[in-house]
Amino acid sequence: MPGWMGQHFMLIAEAVDEPVRTNYARLFFIITVIVVLVILFGIGRLLKGQPESFIDPAIVRNFNKRITTWLAMTTILTAALLFSKTTIVVVFFLLSFWALREYITMTPTRRADHRTLFWAFILFTPLQYVLVGMGREIEFRMFDSTFDAYQLYSIMIPVYASLFIPFRTALSGDDRRFLERIAKIQFGLLVCVYALSYAPALLYMKLNYWNPENGQLEPWKYSNVGLLFYFIVIVQVNDVMQFIWDKMVGRKVIAPTINSTRTWEGFFGAAVCTSLVGMLIPVVFSDRITPFQWFGSGCMALVISVMGFAGSITMSAIKRDRGVNDYGTLVTGHAGVLDRIDSICFAAPVFYHVTRVFLEIKPSVESAGASETAQRLLQF
Amino acid sequence: MNAISKPKLVAGQLFMNLTAATLSFLAKMLCGAKIRWRDSQPDTCQRIYFANHTSHLDAIVLWSSLPREVRNLTRAVAARDYWDSGMVRRHLTKALNLLLIDRQDISVRRSPIQLMLNEIGDTHSLIVFPEGGRSRTGDLGEFKSGLYYLSKKRPELELMPVYMDNMNRVLPRGEFLPVPLLSCITIGSPIWLEPGESKTDFLQRARHSVLQLKEEE
Repeated sequence: MPGWMGQHFMLIAEAVDEPVRTNYARLFFIITVIVVLVILFGIGRLLKGQPESFIDPAIVRNFNKRITTWLAMTTILTAALLFSKTTIVVVFFLLSFWALREYITMTPTRRADHRTLFWAFILFTPLQYVLVGMGREIEFRMFDSTFDAYQLYSIMIPVYASLFIPFRTALSGDDRRFLERIAKIQFGLLVCVYALSYAPALLYMKLNYWNPENGQLEPWKYSNVGLLFYFIVIVQVNDVMQFIWDKMVGRKVIAPTINSTRTWEGFFGAAVCTSLVGMLIPVVFSDRITPFQWFGSGCMALVISVMGFAGSITMSAIKRDRGVNDYGTLVTGHAGVLDRIDSICFAAPVFYHVTRVFLEIKPSVESAGASETAQRLLQF
Repeated sequence: MNAISKPKLVAGQLFMNLTAATLSFLAKMLCGAKIRWRDSQPDTCQRIYFANHTSHLDAIVLWSSLPREVRNLTRAVAARDYWDSGMVRRHLTKALNLLLIDRQDISVRRSPIQLMLNEIGDTHSLIVFPEGGRSRTGDLGEFKSGLYYLSKKRPELELMPVYMDNMNRVLPRGEFLPVPLLSCITIGSPIWLEPGESKTDFLQRARHSVLQLKEEE
C-alpha cells in the first residue's frame, strides 16, 4: 500500500511516520467489538417481544436505547478511523458542540450573557479542537523551532477562557446572580469541550511501552487509534456493567436524591468486571491495541470505571437541579448527546494524564532553539 | 423573446430555490428547531399560523421547519421598511416568498388586511406575528387587531396557534450575532372566530391559545 494511502486509511494501516503495514490485531479488536454490539442489539430486539411477566419492558427499552446509541457511535468512530486523525477530531468537535448547546439550553442564562455565550460557542469550542488537531510538534520555520500544541490546549480553557468569561459578563453590566452565571458557563465549557477534547488528543501522544523481555521502557511502535478505541470500549463496558449490576444485585443506593438507580453493589461490581475486561484485552490482542501490559491495562480500566461513575453521578446532579430526567426530554425529539457522553467526559482527561505521566515520550520541543529565538529577539 | 428569457428564468428560479434550501438548512442547524404538532396535523389547506415574536429569525425558522409541501404554499408577513432595502434582503424576500407590508403607510384604501387576502388568494397560507413587533422581555404581549379582521373577512381559514420557545435566547432583540441553542416550535389545534364574538374576546382567546402551548412545555 503506498504511503499516502496509509495516511488516509488508518484503521488498516499504521500511523504516518512508520512503515505501512496491516495491523490485524486492531482490525480483529474492532470487528470483535462490533460483532458483540450487533449480538446485544439482536438480544434486545428479541427481549422486546417478550411478555411483561418475563422481563420489565422499561429495562428492555433502556437497554435497547443504549445499545443502539453505542452501535451508532462505534460505527461513526470506525468510519472516521478509516480516514484520518483530523476526521476523528472533527467528529469529537461536533459532539462537543452539540453537548454544549444541550447544556446551555437547559441552563437558564440571562439576556446579558448573550455575548459571553457567543464567544464560548464560536471561539473557544472550535479553537480547542483546532489546537488538538494541530498535533504535538508544529514546526515554525521562521524561528527554527518547534511548538507543542499541548502547551496551549491544556490550559486554554482553564486559564484564558475562565478569566475571559467573568470579564466579558461583567462588561455587559448585569450584576444579578453574577457568580452563579459565570460558574454555569465555565462548567459547561470545562466538561463539554475541554474534558471531551482529551479523547481525540490521545491520538497525538507519543508513547513508550514496557518491554517484558528486558524490563525496559521502549518506544511503542503502533498508532494510537487502538488506544482511543480501547478507551471508548472500556467506558462502554463500564456503563453496561454498572447497569447490569445495579439491576441484578443493587440494594444500597448511593445518593437517592441524585440518582435512584446507582448502587454501591453496582459501582464495585462494575469496577471489578471492567478491570477484568481491561486485563483481558492485552492478553488476547497483544500490545498492538494499547501500550499497556495486562496489569497496567487493568489499572487503567479501573481508573476509567471510577471516573465514568463520577461523570454520570455529577451530570445526574445537574439534571436534578434543573428538574429534568435526561437532557433529551428537555427539547423533545433531540437525542440527548450529553446523557450518552457524560462518562466519557469525566474519564478522558484523567485517562490522558495518567497515561502521560507513566508512558509519554516528551515531544522533542527544542528548548535550545526556543531560547535562541528569545535571545535573538532580546538583542533588538 | 421567449427563447432568451426562459433559461434565465430557470437559472434565477434555481438560485432562489438554492437560497431557500440553504437558509432553511442553516436555520435548522443554528436553532436546532424541532417542530411539534399538538392536536393538529400538517396540511396544505389554507391556514393562518400566528406565533409569538421575539427574534428576527422567527419567520425564517418557522417557515423552514414546515414540511416542504406546506412550506411552498406558505408566506410569512414581514415589514417592508426592513426587508425592501438592499440587494441581499430583497433577494431573501424573493427566495423566502415573504409578503411585505408597509407599516407606515396604512390607510383604508391600502389596508394591509386586504393586501394579505389578495396575495394569498385561495391557495396560500400565512405566517403572522400578531404582537406587531418583537417582544422585549420574551413574554407574550397583547395582540393587535389584524388577526380579528383577517378572520372576519375569511372566517373559514384555520387559525393555528404557534409557540416558539428559546428563540429569544438564540437571537434576542438588539443583538446581531446568534448563539446556537436548541429551540422548539409547538403548533396547537386550530381556532376559529365564533359567530358574534367580540374583538377583545377573540383576541384574548387567541392569545390564550398561544400561552397554553407555552405552559404545556
